[in-house]
Amino acid sequence: MRNSTFWIWTAVFVAVIFALSRVVTNDYFFFAAYLVLQYIVLATAWNILGGYTGYVNFGVAGFFAAGAYCSVVLHKIWGPPIPVLILVGGVVAGLIGLCMGYLTLRIRGVFFGIATLALAIVIQTFITNWDYVGGSRGVYIIRPAQAPLVGSYIQYLYLIMLAMAGLSVAIARTIEHSTLGYGLATVRDDEQSAEASGVPTLRLKLISTTLSGALMGMAGAPLPYYVTYLDPASGFNLSYAVNAIAMPLIGGTSMWLGPVIGALLLGTIQQWATVTISSALNLLIVGALLVFFVVVAPNGILGLWEVRRRRRA
Amino acid sequence: MSDTLLKISRLGKRFGGFVALDGIDLEVRRGERLGLIGPNGSGKSTLVNCISGVLRNETGSVTFDGQPLDRLATYQRTRLGIARSFQLPRPFRSMTVTQNLRIPLLYTVNARSTRRMTETAIAARCEELLRVVGLSAKADRRPRDLTQIEMRKLELARALAADPKLLIADESMAGLSHSEVDEILELLHSLITQGITVILIEHIMRAVMSFSERLVVLVAGKKIADGDPQEVIRHPEVERAYLGE
Repeated sequence: MRNSTFWIWTAVFVAVIFALSRVVTNDYFFFAAYLVLQYIVLATAWNILGGYTGYVNFGVAGFFAAGAYCSVVLHKIWGPPIPVLILVGGVVAGLIGLCMGYLTLRIRGVFFGIATLALAIVIQTFITNWDYVGGSRGVYIIRPAQAPLVGSYIQYLYLIMLAMAGLSVAIARTIEHSTLGYGLATVRDDEQSAEASGVPTLRLKLISTTLSGALMGMAGAPLPYYVTYLDPASGFNLSYAVNAIAMPLIGGTSMWLGPVIGALLLGTIQQWATVTISSALNLLIVGALLVFFVVVAPNGILGLWEVRRRRRA
Repeated sequence: MSDTLLKISRLGKRFGGFVALDGIDLEVRRGERLGLIGPNGSGKSTLVNCISGVLRNETGSVTFDGQPLDRLATYQRTRLGIARSFQLPRPFRSMTVTQNLRIPLLYTVNARSTRRMTETAIAARCEELLRVVGLSAKADRRPRDLTQIEMRKLELARALAADPKLLIADESMAGLSHSEVDEILELLHSLITQGITVILIEHIMRAVMSFSERLVVLVAGKKIADGDPQEVIRHPEVERAYLGE
């Protein structure tokens, strides 16, 4: 897709979603759409490290919760506007990603995955034992009823998440078509060959972990205002990691569009199941879809589409 | 400018109790065609890995173009002008043949110079390299669609894309037919005319003897012979290493 086409489609998509927010009066729509958009950010962030670079991160919940708890701390100290919380959450989670990169990027494969999982557990243990942010009993955040210009506060959160989804997709697409993106792909394909071709693999992996972590933290920053009650069980919920991994795998990890398709598909199905059947089904749906795609389309929906396109050509 | 391009002094490397390289001394002159042979496990690949930076030597030193390499990462050595091909081809599998060649241009040639190559210049250089190695028709194919010799050619083309001063061809002809070996040899000969120094590591003696102007033999991590190829292969220790007592 050419640059101009991408930006036109992105603008149309954002405009449609924005227009919907002006027409729809039911607040539940915003609750549900916020979650889907949040998963677009999380899945896109995961894909920068997992899809482009080939390093599978199981510690998504750790980065996400780091952003959320940064907001709790700042809310208690000062109560800045949400864009500031997002920025700080992104910086903190990005730094965690950078440190994780330094500590773990000399290992790869399943060992790297285990290390990221361990990192999430370490952060969770720290938060559970930190009284200032509510510890294991959790913390209440009273959000304002109204937001300036927008009206309903949940609409405001939804619009913020919409902007973040657009930003994260734009970042992922820019990376994909840049020298950095090519470099990350060489790391995924063969690190030794990459180094022998002059690619500074360690530096690129650190950029990837930092950027991926920062976007996850940014996605988590508005969470306390969304849920209004945050405890470690909800902040570090297994579903964040499972969804952030499953969505790119189902959509396709080779390009920016994959996580978006996966997040829209899985997120919408989960929201539908939550309303019509039960939210307890959500993980079951992810599991069933993952098994289906691993068997039928191991390269995701985009991979399937690519195969069909090649056959026609 | 010194005539010596690569200088290896007292190079040593162990893997646990196994001595892979035992005090290797070697000098390679600019523009030289050096053959490096030795039985399996003699330390040839370990030596290449120590030169290219994949492995760190425990003792001794490696100097390239007057610059010590011991503290440099592999990518920094590539940027200095050391390129290598791998024993088993290791292409970037998700990329097309042309995209494989773009990587050294983006990350080595561009990093070396203050003026970055334009997209047009990169495309032109890729086309030229594909023509040199005879892969123009496969420019948009992925490595999985290539034959064994095409894979070897891609490996060499990618190494050449880094615009190296020294090319280390690690068993670039393994598994190839007689005529395919000749094709690769012709390609390597053409590099010499471009001023590239070549170290050829090979088991195919016909290829080594026809290509090399100097031959070095490694056995059990030690250099046992170094000199004119015709004299070296008649060296008693070399005969013993290859043919037994």
